[in-house]
Amino acid sequence: MIGAAAVLRMALVELGRNPMRSGLTTLGIVIGIAAVIALVTLGQGASASITNTISGLGRNLVIVSPGNARQGGPPQAAAPFKLGDLRAIEREVSGIAAMAGVGILAVNAVLGNASYATSAFGSELSYLAVREWPLSAGRVFDEGEMRSGKAVCIIGQTLVRELFGAQDPLGVAIRVGGTSCQVIGVLSPKGQSIVGQDQDNVVLLPLTTFQRRLAGNTDISTIMVSAASPDLTTKVQEDIRSLLHERRRVPPGKQDDFQVNDLSEIATIVGGVTVILTALLGAIAAISLLVGGIGIMNIMLVSVTERTREIGIRLAIGALEREVLAQFLAEAVLLSLIGGLIGVALGLGLSYAGTRVLALPFIVDPLVVAGAALFSGLVGVGFGFFPARRAARMDPIEALRHE
Amino acid sequence: MTTLIALEHLRKVYGSGETQVVALDDISLAIDHGEFVAVMGPSGSGKSTAMNIIGCLDTPTAGTYRFDGREVTTLDRDARALLRRGQIGFVFQGFNLLKRTTALENVELPLVYRGVARAERRRLARDALAKVGLEGREGHSQAELSGGQQQRVAIARAIVTAPALLLADEPTGNLDSERSRDIMTLLAGLNRDAGITIVMVTHEPDMAAFARRRVRFLDGRILADERLAS
Repeated sequence: MIGAAAVLRMALVELGRNPMRSGLTTLGIVIGIAAVIALVTLGQGASASITNTISGLGRNLVIVSPGNARQGGPPQAAAPFKLGDLRAIEREVSGIAAMAGVGILAVNAVLGNASYATSAFGSELSYLAVREWPLSAGRVFDEGEMRSGKAVCIIGQTLVRELFGAQDPLGVAIRVGGTSCQVIGVLSPKGQSIVGQDQDNVVLLPLTTFQRRLAGNTDISTIMVSAASPDLTTKVQEDIRSLLHERRRVPPGKQDDFQVNDLSEIATIVGGVTVILTALLGAIAAISLLVGGIGIMNIMLVSVTERTREIGIRLAIGALEREVLAQFLAEAVLLSLIGGLIGVALGLGLSYAGTRVLALPFIVDPLVVAGAALFSGLVGVGFGFFPARRAARMDPIEALRHE
Repeated sequence: MTTLIALEHLRKVYGSGETQVVALDDISLAIDHGEFVAVMGPSGSGKSTAMNIIGCLDTPTAGTYRFDGREVTTLDRDARALLRRGQIGFVFQGFNLLKRTTALENVELPLVYRGVARAERRRLARDALAKVGLEGREGHSQAELSGGQQQRVAIARAIVTAPALLLADEPTGNLDSERSRDIMTLLAGLNRDAGITIVMVTHEPDMAAFARRRVRFLDGRILADERLAS
């Protein structure tokens, strides 16, 4: 019996005798594999980018806000939260890593002649922990400033750019909604939110300062809660809901006049859509692989017919059926494997270029690469088997007579 | 001399019913080790069918065939292939070399299937090419060789495994008379010096004259079997 190495060498020699045809035959596989790799890699990049954006809002985040959008009809005025609600949640609900009450007001930030429309956020220090938002310069509020409601603020990157340009903002006083306050810190860039909002267009003030000088009330617009672990978000959500249901004395039979949302829900939905899209694109690419496989089968059938005499000679001098089968199968597998490897390289190149253009992260999944290479080999086996069997089963007498 | 080929009451029938064709009709023939036999007869006389059966490429419908004492009519396809691989060399009218392949690689081919190591293969193939007078042409491909040279390569391919039997199917059919005589001299020499049993189909009495025995076929039967004094 003839060894595997000899079979491979024989197959390589045969393919080398007709490099033009071999090259064109692999083209189908090259394109198919390249398409699979490129589309899946781009899909994963897009998915990762979306996940990043969502988790950029905060980890295991639960957002509590007054009013209920699910009721339909015009939004009804619902009583805002107060500091008491915040403290009650802190006291009664377990499994919370950090939480912050936030007051929000649309204001203009003014420096000299420059003015920029922005959002003023009044909050406790824990806000930065919940949002996982470090400073890029300066310092955070200290206890004294928090308690006394001192006129200090931390600004986002957009305000730095719009108001200060290249100038150092630290220590400079800006006017926020008519109140002068000193910039003591600058937030690191956060980029766009999932709904396309510029998260860096913000000025952050101590909650007391915000309530006394800007809002003129003790309202809290939103409560942001960071659960201690992903498994706990549902429990935390439920506990907050029942606690607030009691505290706000929602009449029996009426819907809650507040909502508790879990960001992981959004993440799941968006993630699901991306997975479906990736699978869809992958399926389309797989069809092109199928076409490539049929191309290989075609050429192998032509090749077997063309080489009938050669097969007759091999059989006459004593080649076994399985040896002829192995030789032709090896040729088909080599064709598709070589095509697969070129396709992987091409696909990675294309997806790298694609991610650059679309500003997505370039994530190579070794499993996808290995899977694609393996699949190209399987295509060779699958579509090479029929022609190879036809060669192996030839009658040597007939084959030798073939013109 | 011991018997190498023993055909007994061999029948070969193609098709069935009204379209039935009897190619061989009760053939019995014995050929000893070391013989050089010319098989003659018009086309359709059954000589090619007999050659295919002797070469283990085909099986008879009835009768027995023993090769070197071994019953081969009952062997399956793979067993017959293994027998050919080990014992039988073929030379065809149309040379049947592999295209775009050097003389040396052509001669090596049977050794590849025998699992002979590369270096040994090279050596044996060179020796075989030397025996047919083609030293220095090892690297030439089919297109670079004349008809006579191609047939020499084919003979080298057939004898490189040192077979017990060489089957030649009109080996000079595509060659002019001078080249034909060269090839016949070569075959006669291999028979005489290396003791290879040769069975050769030919139309030409000139070529048959090189053999020491002539078997004539007609209508699926053996018409005459004459031994020539050497």
